[in-house]
Parts: sequence; C-alpha cells; structure tokens
Amino acid sequence: MQERQALGGKVLTIPFKVCAAIVLIGLFFIGKRFIFGIGSVSNMNDGYPWGIWIAYDVVVGTALACAGYSIALIVYVFNKGEYSPLVRPALMTSMFGYTLAGISVIFDIGRYWQAYNIFLPWLSNLHSVMFEVALCIGTYILVLWMEFAPTMLEKFKADELKVRLNRIIFVFIALGILLPTMHQSSLGTMMLMAGHKLSPLWWSGFLPLLFLITAVVIGYAAVIFESLVAAIAFKRPMEMHLLSKISALMPWLLGLYLVVRIEDVNLRGYLPLAFDGGLLGNLFLLENLLFLAALLILAYPNNRQSPRLLFIASCAMLLGGSMYRFNTYIVGFDPGTGWQYFPSVPELFITFGIIAVEVMAYLWFDNTLPVLPRLTRA
Amino acid sequence: MKIRRRDFLKGVAASTLLLAAEQTPAQAKRARKDLPPNAVGILYDSTLCVGCKVCEHACKQANNKPVEHTNPKEPMWDNPQDLSANTLNVIKRYGVEGQKDTVDGFAFIKRHCMHCLDPACVSACPASALVKNPENGVVTYNKKACIGCRYCQVACPYNIPKFEWDSPFPEITKCQLCAHLLAKGGISACCAACPTGASLFGPVEKLRAEAKRRLGMKPGEYYDFPVANIDSTEVQQHRAGGYVQHVYGERELGGSQVLYLAGVPFANLGLPDLPEDSYVALADGIQYAIYKGMVYPLVVLGGLIYIIRNREEKKE
Repeated sequence: MQERQALGGKVLTIPFKVCAAIVLIGLFFIGKRFIFGIGSVSNMNDGYPWGIWIAYDVVVGTALACAGYSIALIVYVFNKGEYSPLVRPALMTSMFGYTLAGISVIFDIGRYWQAYNIFLPWLSNLHSVMFEVALCIGTYILVLWMEFAPTMLEKFKADELKVRLNRIIFVFIALGILLPTMHQSSLGTMMLMAGHKLSPLWWSGFLPLLFLITAVVIGYAAVIFESLVAAIAFKRPMEMHLLSKISALMPWLLGLYLVVRIEDVNLRGYLPLAFDGGLLGNLFLLENLLFLAALLILAYPNNRQSPRLLFIASCAMLLGGSMYRFNTYIVGFDPGTGWQYFPSVPELFITFGIIAVEVMAYLWFDNTLPVLPRLTRA
Repeated sequence: MKIRRRDFLKGVAASTLLLAAEQTPAQAKRARKDLPPNAVGILYDSTLCVGCKVCEHACKQANNKPVEHTNPKEPMWDNPQDLSANTLNVIKRYGVEGQKDTVDGFAFIKRHCMHCLDPACVSACPASALVKNPENGVVTYNKKACIGCRYCQVACPYNIPKFEWDSPFPEITKCQLCAHLLAKGGISACCAACPTGASLFGPVEKLRAEAKRRLGMKPGEYYDFPVANIDSTEVQQHRAGGYVQHVYGERELGGSQVLYLAGVPFANLGLPDLPEDSYVALADGIQYAIYKGMVYPLVVLGGLIYIIRNREEKKE
C-alpha cells in the first residue's frame, strides 16, 4: 500500500486569503439572487436560459473534475496499479469539482426549494436527459465522497471504520467509473434537443461520443496539469515517469476525437462554415487546432519526457476541450430573434467564488490530509 | 482472472461496435407521434388578421396577466414587443408599409405555444412539470412539479416557454390553450375574442381540413369563413387571400396542434424552416440505442464490480 502524507504547511497563506475575499463577494451576490430573483444578478434571458453557471460551472467544471474518472479507468479497468499515487489527488479534485457543480446548480435553478421533485417516482421523467444527468451527477457526488472517505478516516485514525469501508469500496469504485461515462456523454445528448438553435458546427448526432471523449481528455490533462503545478507550488519532485506514461495514451484519444469531429461536420456538409471567417468558424478551428497541437506534441516520446512540453500540451487539451463544451452550450447557441447574452459582473463573481472555494479546499486538504504520496528522502 | 477480465473488455468493445454498426446517429430515431384522439388546436390565418390585438387583451384577462409597456415613460396601453412571462400570446407584424400579405408589404403573425405532437419541452422536463394531455393534446404546466431548470426553454424549437427572471419564486409561463376554460366546455380566449375568425379554435382534424379548403380557394373571390369555433354556426364572408401553399405546423417537427396559413413565406414571419422529424425523436432514439432501457449500464456495472472486487481481493 502506497504511503501518503499531509504536507502540514501553513494554511492561511496569501492565495488562500485572496480566494476568501472573492468568496465573500460571491456570497453577497448569491444573497441578492435569492432575495430578488436570478434576473437581479444575471444577464441570462428567455433566449439564453442557460449562462455560465451551467456552461462553465457544470458542463466545463465537471469535465475538469473528470481527473478521478480518468485515473480510475486506467488503474482499475486497465489494471495499471503503478498509477495509484495519482489516485488520491485526482479523486480529491473530482470530489470538489462535482460537489461545487452540484451546489452551483442550486443557485441556477429557479425553484430550488422543490429540487427533490426530480427524484419523486411519480414526477421523475425517465425520458428526460436532464433527469438522467441529475440522477447520475447526484449519485456520483456521493460516490466520490465515499471513495475519498478512507483518506479522511486515516487522518482521524478511525481504523475500524476504514477496514469496514474498504470491504465494500469496490462497489463505489465501479459506480465511479460507470456514472461519469453515462452523464458525461449525456451532457452532450442534452444539446441535441436544441436542434436548429445550435450551430451545425456543434449540433451533431455524435454529441454524446464527443462529450465523453472530451471528458476523458480533459480528465487526463487535469491530472498532468495539477501534478506539475502541485510539484512546483509545494516544492516536490515531479512525477514525470507516471505523467509521461499517461500522456502516451493521449495522441490516440485526440486522434479519434479529431477524426470524428471533423469528418462528422464534413459529412453533413457544413465544413465550409469553419472557413468563412466568422466568429463561430474561427472558434471551431481554434478548438480543433488546440487538440491538434497537443496531439503533435505528445506523439513524440521524447516530448513526453519534458515537463515544459507536457505542461503546454495539457494546457492545450484543457483549453480545447473546455472551449468545445462552452461553445456547444453558449457561443454556438443562437435562439434567433435578436437575443444576446454576455455574463454580467455579479454572475461572473458567483462563478469566481465557486472556483475560489475549490482552490481553498484544495490547499487546505493537501496540507492537512494524507493526499499526496510520502516522499522518501534520498 | 486475467483472461476473464480480457473477455469482459472484449465484450464491451464488441457491443460498442455492434451498437455503432446497428444504428448510426442519423438513423437512430424513434417513430413519430400520432394526433391525440380528441386533439384541439388553433388555425391562425394571417390573411384574415387585421392586427387589432383583441386576442392579446383577452388572453391576459383569461390568464390573469398584467399589462406590459414597451416604453415605460408613456404607459398608455399594453404593448408587449414579444412573448414574455407576462404575455402568453402576441400579435407581431412583418413589414411596415405597402400592401397587406405581400412580401414587399406587411403581414401579421400570432405567436404562442404550438402544442406540438411530440413536444420537446415535455420530453426535456426532468420533473414532469410540462405534460401533454393524452386526450386533447394540450401541453400544460404544473408549477408544483417544476424545479426551474429551464431546459424546456433550451429545448423548445419555437422559444415559447418564458421564465420569471425577476421573481425570487419564479415560474415558467406559456400558453396552455386556456385549459381552464376548456375544462368548463369553453374555447381559448383568443379565439373567442377574434372578430374576423383569423384565430379559429377547433378539433385539429377539422382545422386541417379547413386549412386545405382555404389553400384551394381562388384569390380575390368571396367565401364563407367560420368565426371563433369551427363548430359554431357564425360565419363571415371574406375575399380569399393569396395563400402560400403550405400549412405550417402540419408536418414541422412531427406536427403541431396550432396551424398557420399566411400570404407571405413563413420564414419572414419568424417561423423557421424545420425538418419533419422532431429533435426529440432523434435524441430519444440515440439515448435508447446507448442504454437499451438501462440494460447496458447494468451489465457494465456488473462487469466492473466483478473485476474490481477480484483485483482488490488479490491485493490483500
């Protein structure tokens, strides 16, 4: 069993305090939203009923939180136990990302006080993609906390409980692989219904597949990014041997994605739209060029040994995948009849507040819980 | 154990391929939906509409909605620009001057819920707050079920459902064909109020036949047009307009219970060209192909539990 350690550093650092300030501003606007309605803080409207709270906090946010899913896939399904040092930090980001996505949904939905209606059997609409996504994400948040529980139990020396949990943890690990596969693809299926309101550069029968692939790609990219940043920030050695091995997978995934993505638009006859010089065409090209750049960098084994190139490639994947998802939900969406949407400042601050909570929780947990692998001094 | 795991992975790969071969996304759609047995709806004839907006007023009265002022400085009368949380029915105008019902002139259009045969909002709603009545096909809203996720707004191809953005306890609002009046044996308020018969209430089958009859009329000659309710005896004589030879809503996205006739192309009136298969049928089809009614996920879950438990046991 891999040894892990709490870093034990000071928690109240400057970044932590800056985040706390942003959280306070966010809380102010959240209060305003609950008293005066969503329109008082957000620029969302009847044409653009979903803004950044859904497109970023949920659709991009849960993809960034697919680190745990992606690592679980490789460790448990493909039986590569050597990657297990990456499991705990990955699970932790997933836990925060998903939990906060779940919380931000409460700010976003209008009739939050009866949100449980979805799960009342006589009201549940089994045909609704939204129902499936809500059920899967809700369950997955619980699963993530159960998967992460051993780390907390270690901290509080609750050994007996930990042994008992370990006996049934395989059920949670299995659910932790199945549920993201379902809801990450369904986040794509959801926008099928937008039909003619979504630009043909994004609307496609392949939305579920493309959303699933971007979830896995973004998940691995987040693992690489986070591992490199944590190594620098906490002054720890980089886990290059593991990271370069994981990144060997990426060219295949990226290649599959690009073939499906481009060929799908091409077969439907909309590829000329990509080159018409308009905003949508340019964004389409940018998304795919970012993925192509990552593919080209990672295709060469030597490049995968370089922390700098790995970092650049992971940024390209994070950005390309996030853009694809964001564009599918907001930029490529045009309800017609002159509607416009750009997030308002209070709306942005609520999202910033959520990101800040995530950063604070990350710093706090890394310093106080046995998350990162124990270092053996040479 | 290793061999079994490999078999399992092979199984997963094979079923994925099978699935892909069986149905590509473009073919995966479920069948269209039929008209409910006692479907009622509205036939709006743009050529008969004089733009008096009495229907807007009647709608607000019947549904208890406040007036709206486009210009708050001169709140003279109710003049909403478009549908909103307070305006469930609106008359809009294409063009300003010239001859009525010509592309270079102007024309009116009345917008409200189409009461689709295969409504995207009903399929989208996770909490069954929007339902289609199986008897008369009217799409109604239940605020006690709604969670306010607004997926109905994203899904509706006609941008009909509206949200109360400025309320801490918001509701979705939309035309419900005056379901509360239908229940008492009445008809929708807009049709009852319409002085020219431009908004005509009735059973959808009869409205479809009436629309066909009008498309066959000789422009400029006088014909009888029923007023308010197609089953009523009140008729008016009008000159037949020059119709565009298309009944909008008969086939669009699987059809709707509100039908339109017009003298100018429907795209000019803000009614988009739409395919005959609904996006709902496509999304449902793909979802079913992937999940086969939850059978696939359960099989995969069983496989995952099996291999992970074996692995964890071996480790100890």
